[in-house]
This record gives sequence, C-alpha cells and structure tokens, in this order.
Amino acid sequence: MPLLVVEDLRIYYFTGRGVVRAVDGVSFSLEPGEVLGIAGESGCGKSTLAWGLIGLVPPPGRIVSGRIVLDGVDIVGLSEDVLRSRIRWKRISMIFQGAMNTLTPVYTVGRQMVELLRVHGGFSEREARARVLELLDSVGLERGIFDRYPHELSGGQKQRVTIAMALALDPDIVIADEPTTALDVVVQAQILNLLKRLQREKGISFILISHDLGVIAELADKVMVMYAGRVVEYGPADIVLRRPGHPYTYMLLRAFPRIHGPRGRLEYIPGAPPDLRSPPPGCRFHPRCPFRVEECSVREPSLRDLGGGHYVACIRAGELQFSV
Amino acid sequence: MGGGIVLRVENLSVWFPLRRGLIEVLRFRPRRYVYAVNNVSFALREGEVFCLVGESGCGKTTTGRALLGLVKPTGGRILYRPSRELAERLGELGVVFEDGFVDLVSLGRREWRLVRREIQVVYQDPYSSLNPRFTVKRSVEEPLIIHGIGDEEWRDRRVREMLEAVRLLPVSEYLERYPHELSGGQRQRVAIARAFILNPRLVVADEPVSMLDVSIRAEILELLVSLKSRLGTTIVFITHDLATARYVCDRIAVMYLGSIVEVGDAEKVIREPLHPYTRALIAAIPEPDPANRRRMRELPIKGEVPSAVDLPRGCSFMPRCVVYDRADPRIKRLCEERRPGLARVARDHWVACWAVS
Repeated sequence: MPLLVVEDLRIYYFTGRGVVRAVDGVSFSLEPGEVLGIAGESGCGKSTLAWGLIGLVPPPGRIVSGRIVLDGVDIVGLSEDVLRSRIRWKRISMIFQGAMNTLTPVYTVGRQMVELLRVHGGFSEREARARVLELLDSVGLERGIFDRYPHELSGGQKQRVTIAMALALDPDIVIADEPTTALDVVVQAQILNLLKRLQREKGISFILISHDLGVIAELADKVMVMYAGRVVEYGPADIVLRRPGHPYTYMLLRAFPRIHGPRGRLEYIPGAPPDLRSPPPGCRFHPRCPFRVEECSVREPSLRDLGGGHYVACIRAGELQFSV
Repeated sequence: MGGGIVLRVENLSVWFPLRRGLIEVLRFRPRRYVYAVNNVSFALREGEVFCLVGESGCGKTTTGRALLGLVKPTGGRILYRPSRELAERLGELGVVFEDGFVDLVSLGRREWRLVRREIQVVYQDPYSSLNPRFTVKRSVEEPLIIHGIGDEEWRDRRVREMLEAVRLLPVSEYLERYPHELSGGQRQRVAIARAFILNPRLVVADEPVSMLDVSIRAEILELLVSLKSRLGTTIVFITHDLATARYVCDRIAVMYLGSIVEVGDAEKVIREPLHPYTRALIAAIPEPDPANRRRMRELPIKGEVPSAVDLPRGCSFMPRCVVYDRADPRIKRLCEERRPGLARVARDHWVACWAVS
C-alpha cells in the first residue's frame, strides 16, 4: 500500500495581477522506502508542491482542491495546530534549499537540535542530548559540532546538520528540496553519498526535488517531470531517463551537458516557460515543442499509461519514441 | 583562430588584507591576507574561448576582475596587446609599450577608460546587471554613449544590429521594453549585446548561464560562441561547471585555492585529467544516468576546501590529496615543502603536481 497518495492537487497563488496556477492537477503516489525524484525548471511548481505537502504554502497561495492522503488520512484541511504537532517533523520532514538559512544563527547547533526533539518529540533534555550525538554520528559529523554556531560551519556541514534534523524524529517521508543546489560539486557529491547511505540503511521514503536531472538520477527510483504546473511524465527512472516518452523530458536530457562520453551537440528548447496566470490553451508545452501537431494547441493531454508504470501526458504519447 | 597572443598574465597575485583586531594590532601581529589569487600565469590566444573553472573561492572571479581592472593586483603583470588605434591613443598619453603589449596593472583611470572599449564583461546575474530604469535600447546603447561613439542615428542603427545579432526579434518589439518585462534568457541576451556593441577584443564572461534554466543555456552559449567567431573576439569564460565548459571552451584552466593546477586543451583536460584535483572534480559531477542510482560515488579527495588565509607551505592541494597519501617519501617531501609550478606533460597540457611531473 502506498505511504502517500496525492490526488489532483491544485495550489494557486491569488495575486493582485491574477491567479497563478503553480500546481494544477498533480497526482502521484509514494511507496514505502521509495525515492521519488521530481524534476523541472524554475517556475514549474515543484517547490510549491513540496510546501503544499507539509501545509506551508506561503500566502497568497493556498491549496484549492485535491487530496494528500498520508497513511490513509487526508491531511489537506487539517488545522495548523494539528499539522505542527502531529505531521511536520514526525511524519513528513523537509530539507530545504540553502540549508544556511534554515538554521538559527543565535543558537548552537546542538541547542537547536535538542529543542526540536523536546518540542516536537517530547524528549527530555538528557534523552535529547544523547539522540543528537547519535544523529551527528549518523550524518558523518564530529560530536564537537554540538557546541558550534552555524556560522562556524562550512556549507556542507550545515547541510549535514539539516539532514540530521530532518531525520531526528524518524519521519515516514523526507522531502528534500534542492538539497545540494547551493553547494560546490565535490561537497554535493559527498552529500548525495550521505543521502544514498541513509536511504539504504534506514529505508527512508524520499521525495527529492531538483532542477538537476543529474542529481535526480543519483537517487530516484521513480522520476516525475513537471512543466508549467503539470506532470508531463512519470515512471521508473530507468525508463524516464533513458527512453523518455515526452518531448520535454527528451529535450531537457539533450540540453544537459555531459562530462563523460562523446561531446556531441548541446540542444536547447526555444522560448521560455509560459506565464502561469494565463497558460497557453491545449498542451502547455506546445509553443516550444518541435514535435507538435495541430491538435496540441486545442486539446490538453492527460497522463496516459504506456505500461510498466510509465505515464506520459502528450497527445503523441506512445507514437513518439526517444532514446537518450 | 588568429593564433597571436592577445593577453598574457604573468605571476598575477591578488591578496585581500584582513582587518586586524585591536589586540592583534597592540601585539604587533603581522597583517594577514586572503590569498585569492596566487602567482597565476596564462596567455590568451586571439579568438579562443579560455575557461577558468573551479569551485567557489578558487580565485576564478577575482582573476577575471583583475583582467577588467576592477581589482588591484598585489603583484604580477597583465600584458595586453591593444588594437593599433587604441595603441596610438595610449601612446599619446605616454603609456610605455613592450613588444606591442601594455601592462594593464600600471595603467591609471584615464588610460583604463580607453582600454575598457576593448575589454568588456558579461555577468552572471542578468537580474542585477541591467539598470531597471533603462529600456533595452538605452542599456545596449550606453557603452556607445559613454565612449562618445557615433551620432544618434548611427547609434540607433548599431543597437538594432546588435539586438538582431542576439536574436531579440522582432527588434522593434524589444527596444522600448524594461528588464522586468523580460525573461532571464532575454535579459542575458541584452547583457551580451551590450558587451559586444563596442566590438571588444576581449570579453570576460563570468558564469553567464549559471542563473538560467538548463533548457535555455545552450542557446545563450551558442550565441556567445557565434558572436565571438564572427567578430574574432577572445573570451575568458568563468564557470564552476566543467561539463558546460567542455561545450564552449578551447582551453581550460582548473583553479584551486588561488592557483592554476592544470591547463590545456579542453578535451584533453576533461578526458585525460592528470591533476588529482581535476580528477576529483570530474568524478563528482552527476549525470542523468540511472545507472548511478544508489552506487556510492567514489571521490578521490579528502575533506573540504580550507580557507585561503593560511596557505600550506608546499602544494596547497596536499591536505586533500589522495595521491600524496600513496606517494613515495621523496615526492611527499616535495609536496610538503615546495609549491609545484605548471610543468608541460604533453602538447598543450600543463600540470602543477609533483607526483605527475
């Protein structure tokens, strides 16, 4: 049974200049111990989706419709009190983009972690301290970090602290939103190795959000590609990254610079993503799509099952075959 | 490629002094420095794209800023060979030449004003590099106005030409727009048009696509390369991303902690990296290959980048080097005591490592 089921979720921002449909009818499920990678470019709605899952959509945004079913219980519409006391940290925790900004500069690392365990987990001071040391070990930090302030830590160390905090209360699901984006490439690889090890050892269910398909490929069992607030492709990583069914996924992969193998030509997708206040009619990708047919500008495709758990939202799904 | 040398950097160093605390002053502690750039040398061939690559804090941006005259070097020379026209005007101001080259480090403000016509820049962030109160036309025209080139009609024609060249089409639709009405990619095209409108001989492009979405990066890179090919411009391309560098650069210089550790033909450096740091960088780059899933990535490097305040006496990479760990005692001694210089290991391939050379 899936751990998390999201059904037709819509999250809109009600701005003075119109309604931004940031997440517009997104559905997926997450099995226990699975890593789902959500890929897409800036403005595709992937971060809004993440905030939606923990009930923290910043105003003027809100969840308009849809269900987020965690272990059989719909958490959309639960009060902030319930979300805070029962869901966040305990059931679903989050590793944010730019860890530097999620730690409080005025408390030591240890203090912040102890507080988290006491407030959200009901630990006593002594239990909490012991648990924090254990957590520091598990993310590969020296215990001396306990008495340090965030500004004394490197970017990689801070990110390890936030990972430790996300794992502190043994949540069912960890959402990692661009966990390595602000880091240098060597540190990024170290953090990805850490996430891999933790995932393997603890069987954590991960939702990994990134604009970088390279990062997604490092961890994800399944990949979901978003474009302009919609899911355009969803399926096992081996299929989506090797034989994608959606032109957008294919072109994104062709735009990715490769360090290994022959150099080839770097492709690009002409144009820019649409304004989500007034997305184009029909398929939202059609103005940029070299494979479009006339119908694409009129009919909006929904996800079609291509077998093997592979879904593609394209009018020519199944007919177009790509290999990367 | 013309092949001639446009610019030669010799032993460039840029150190930033740290402020001393009161106690340090009272105890006569010597001033400490951040060694941002340390003894860097390279030469740019006319018409090439030369890449400075490295992680944050490696000195690549500071090196670029030194070429632009935006930071004063602590030591070394930056020899630039100006066009004949510029050379004449500099000569009139009494600037000394050496084999047709002029040392940019020795120039004053007045001379730099002239030189800037030929050395331009494209910055990383198109959201802050364009004046929000300027229309596209004004932004692109600005360098012509500053340098007092052409009359209004000529400038207008030139701006239109440039916008066409960066494919902001139809041009008439973009002329009167403001930056906030443009996408990131469009803004970066405006920045490129502005950098190239003076027909510069050298453009320093500092992470020009890092803020853009992957799907449009290649388009901007292609634009940059096609403009430089058409105009014979030389480009210094600064990036943290070796994979991107591979697609645009003729030669790559890998920097670590203020020094160039490896430099050479781009494909050679990437396919046959020799410096332990270059190898680690390449090993760390993730690719969208599902075969990497859950396979632990082997990183032939230890720890994290230290601060550039107290550099080790010998090789600055030594504390992180896995090759050092395995090296024989004779080489280890060299690593500990002497900084390796760049040594030629193959045609167009230089490495600064005692264990390699």
